[in-house]
Amino acid sequence: MSWIDIGTLDDIPPLGARVLKTPLGCVAVFRAEGDRLFAISDRCPHKGGPLSEGIVHGDKVTCPLHNWVFSLETGEAQGADVGRVETFAVKAEGGRILFDGARLAQRDAA
Amino acid sequence: MQKLVVIGAGMASGRLLEQLFAANPDAYDVTLFNAEPRGNYNRLMLSPVLSGEKSFAEIITHDEDWYAAHKVNCRFGEAIVKIDRDRKVVVGAKGEVPYDKLVIATGSAPFIIPVPGRDLPGVVTFRDLDDVEKMRGACGQGKSAVVIGGGLLGLEAAAGLRLQGMDVTVIHLAGHLMERQLDPAAGYLLGRAMEARGIRVHTQGSTKAILGHARCEAVLLADETTYPADLVVLAVGIRPEVRLANDCGLEVARGIVVDDAMHTSDPDVFALGECVEHRKTCYGLVAPLYDMAKVLAKTLLGEAGAYEGSEVSTKLKVTGVDLFSAGDFADKEGREDIVFRDPGRGVYKRLVLEGDRLIGAVLYGDTADGAWFFSLIKDATDVSEMRETLIFGPAYQGGAKADPMAAVAALPPEAEICGCNGVCKGRIVEAIEGGATTLDQVRAETKASSSCGTCTGLVEQVMALTLGDGFKMPTAQPMCKCTDLTHEDVRRLIKSQGLKSIPAVTQELAWKTPNGCHSCRPALNFYLLAEWPLDYRDDRQSRFVNERNHANIQKDGTYSVVPRMWGGVTTPAELRAIADAAEKYDVPMVKVTGGQRIDLLGVKKEDLPAMWADLNAAGLVSGHAYSKGLRTVKTCVGSQFCRFGTQDSTGLGIKLEQLLWGSWTPHKVKLGVSGCPRNCAEATCKDVGVICVDSGYQISVAGAAGMEVKETEALAAAPTEEEVLEITAAFVQLYRETAKYLDRPYKWVAKVGLDWVKAQVVDDLESRKALAARFEISQSVYRKDPWAEHAAADERPRWAPLADLTLEAAE
Repeated sequence: MSWIDIGTLDDIPPLGARVLKTPLGCVAVFRAEGDRLFAISDRCPHKGGPLSEGIVHGDKVTCPLHNWVFSLETGEAQGADVGRVETFAVKAEGGRILFDGARLAQRDAA
Repeated sequence: MQKLVVIGAGMASGRLLEQLFAANPDAYDVTLFNAEPRGNYNRLMLSPVLSGEKSFAEIITHDEDWYAAHKVNCRFGEAIVKIDRDRKVVVGAKGEVPYDKLVIATGSAPFIIPVPGRDLPGVVTFRDLDDVEKMRGACGQGKSAVVIGGGLLGLEAAAGLRLQGMDVTVIHLAGHLMERQLDPAAGYLLGRAMEARGIRVHTQGSTKAILGHARCEAVLLADETTYPADLVVLAVGIRPEVRLANDCGLEVARGIVVDDAMHTSDPDVFALGECVEHRKTCYGLVAPLYDMAKVLAKTLLGEAGAYEGSEVSTKLKVTGVDLFSAGDFADKEGREDIVFRDPGRGVYKRLVLEGDRLIGAVLYGDTADGAWFFSLIKDATDVSEMRETLIFGPAYQGGAKADPMAAVAALPPEAEICGCNGVCKGRIVEAIEGGATTLDQVRAETKASSSCGTCTGLVEQVMALTLGDGFKMPTAQPMCKCTDLTHEDVRRLIKSQGLKSIPAVTQELAWKTPNGCHSCRPALNFYLLAEWPLDYRDDRQSRFVNERNHANIQKDGTYSVVPRMWGGVTTPAELRAIADAAEKYDVPMVKVTGGQRIDLLGVKKEDLPAMWADLNAAGLVSGHAYSKGLRTVKTCVGSQFCRFGTQDSTGLGIKLEQLLWGSWTPHKVKLGVSGCPRNCAEATCKDVGVICVDSGYQISVAGAAGMEVKETEALAAAPTEEEVLEITAAFVQLYRETAKYLDRPYKWVAKVGLDWVKAQVVDDLESRKALAARFEISQSVYRKDPWAEHAAADERPRWAPLADLTLEAAE
């Protein structure tokens, strides 16, 4: 793991998300109920909708374009839709948001 | 033989004597007093006698022969002087009669309202045959009658008088007719039916005086309305007739107090009927009277019998009006409603449940199942098993087939059911055959009815056809999967329980999910801000992306920006600012919209605040092209330039837009104002359309030009711009207060009925002003530019990415 400080918890509204630009593409960082953080790819596998703009409910987010619902934890599409978005490790520590950059580094090395 | 004296020859004592003689014809020597100079007749049928549909002879239940055959000593038309309980005699005007047992069945007396003029000739009550004869005597073509009291009796009197050719007005104190038996919705339908047969209904009408010299001439109300009246019928209610009982010292509360065996406070004196009070209840309907008669007959014969109170049901006897009510239907905690409405057929059914029991029923338009519901109420049957189909009545229980749904059955497999997602019938059938058994499963599998939802009914019918008995048509659609409550329930509870935040709603109304879903949260956010404009703080995270970001998201994740152009009017300076912004932010497309303004498409999210600041600097504000709220007011050139224009349609359009902008509504709202009937602004397919004419403004509403195309329907003609503005504000506010989230005005109006809307927004001035005032309170919060708020310097970073790791990785 290689934790990168990407901002403060207050930068993300409760039940909201912000975008993190990475070499692997945009990642949506979510602040779910109880200040639990999740990070998933910001691109819906259906038509590329920005998941960071979806409504957050429970541990799920609904894509703003066509209402596909994804688990923030597993990245799996819910219900009858089939698809998955990549998930990333993210955590809060002392009010800061730490994002695991290991995967980005791996890609750099490759 | 014991001596029995009965005072009052009405329906209760009539039934008592029948029961008594049937059980033991020789038990008593009976003397029957009656104030009316005749024996017992079916008082319930007085209205058909009044209307002329029946003759008096047809409604007599006990004639002279019957009394003679049972050796009843009849003392009809004779007043009672007093009851002497010490000597056990009843003193009549023509002499006294001793008794061993006495039955008081004096019934009830009409309540006379204490207003000046109540004693004038021509003012009558509606209680007995003499009253009916007086009314018939006063009848005549072209003459006017005012019935005071819109209860059962008053309405029957009104209908009867109308059939006799009278011009009839019903004055009713409460907000809707028969408020003791009906809820407001059914009361409203009843009012409409009365008006359809030519009877004027004035609710919330308080009678101040009956005017006239030699006889009544008019009725004056507290609000100064006057109705001419050759005849005034007082039908405001009845009270138990207790004078004789009072005079002889029996225990009397509201009525003569009796126990379960119908004893009064004197062991040899009994009472029954409308004059009694049993377990603190007085009855004015016939069924309980008959129950009492049965018990009293037993008591008089020395048998044990107990009256335990009655559930009552009401049926209005006006030809052509089907109305039934039974039990208790007041809104109380712990009660649930099942409501079925079919505005097209004029059918309304409401069942009130408490736990597993049905406790009340109101049926209007289709009362065929009334008796069945009534028996469920009386027997306190556990209805939990049949709850889902309960409202469809007994025919639907036990697996009986519903309608064949021929139309849907006849559709070929390739027929399109869901237009939004292009789903045909065959695809839905396939999904069902593949194992989908609920609407949600079909929706998830095929996407049918998952967008606008208008085809939900069709999808359900396809399911019903394919699944047969395995599919139960849902009675009330819950708001979403998070709750079993309907939109209507939730709105009502937000108000009645004073819930002022989304967490309060999800907590108090037992949401099944921690914080709702993408379907219910935007709806709740709207309901809360509409109900509590000053207290509730808009929750951005519960808004769809477009409303959260005040711009429309496009398929590639960019946004479109549409500045407001009031009434479609702009200036060279504004156009320059728009052109500058388009160039500065590399806008790939600039397009003129259908709402008379300019759309800048393809703007990156992080550029939005800066672009808004630039536009704000030129005086441009958000056009709310993204909101469930006021979109545009489309106008034509009007009298300022057009040679046909009758009024300043452009100016009025701008005023309307300035009045309404920023308001949130259940769905989008678009207006049009045309300067003449040539209608260049296409006002007649808008949510609100105004057509200017020489005499003023014609306001029509509930048009549509989207998935459905529908012409507007006339709402009102207004002489001045001020009135147009007020009526429009009231209309929009009523829509905000009562429509389901995501119902466009045309759908909402179809559900609630244009007549109702008209009554609130146009006819009832007080209601109109109150609505407009409530709209203004809400607008004091929301009539502002959201762009300016978000363009503020300290807000801007929130629109950019949280961090950019592409640079770090590159280092």
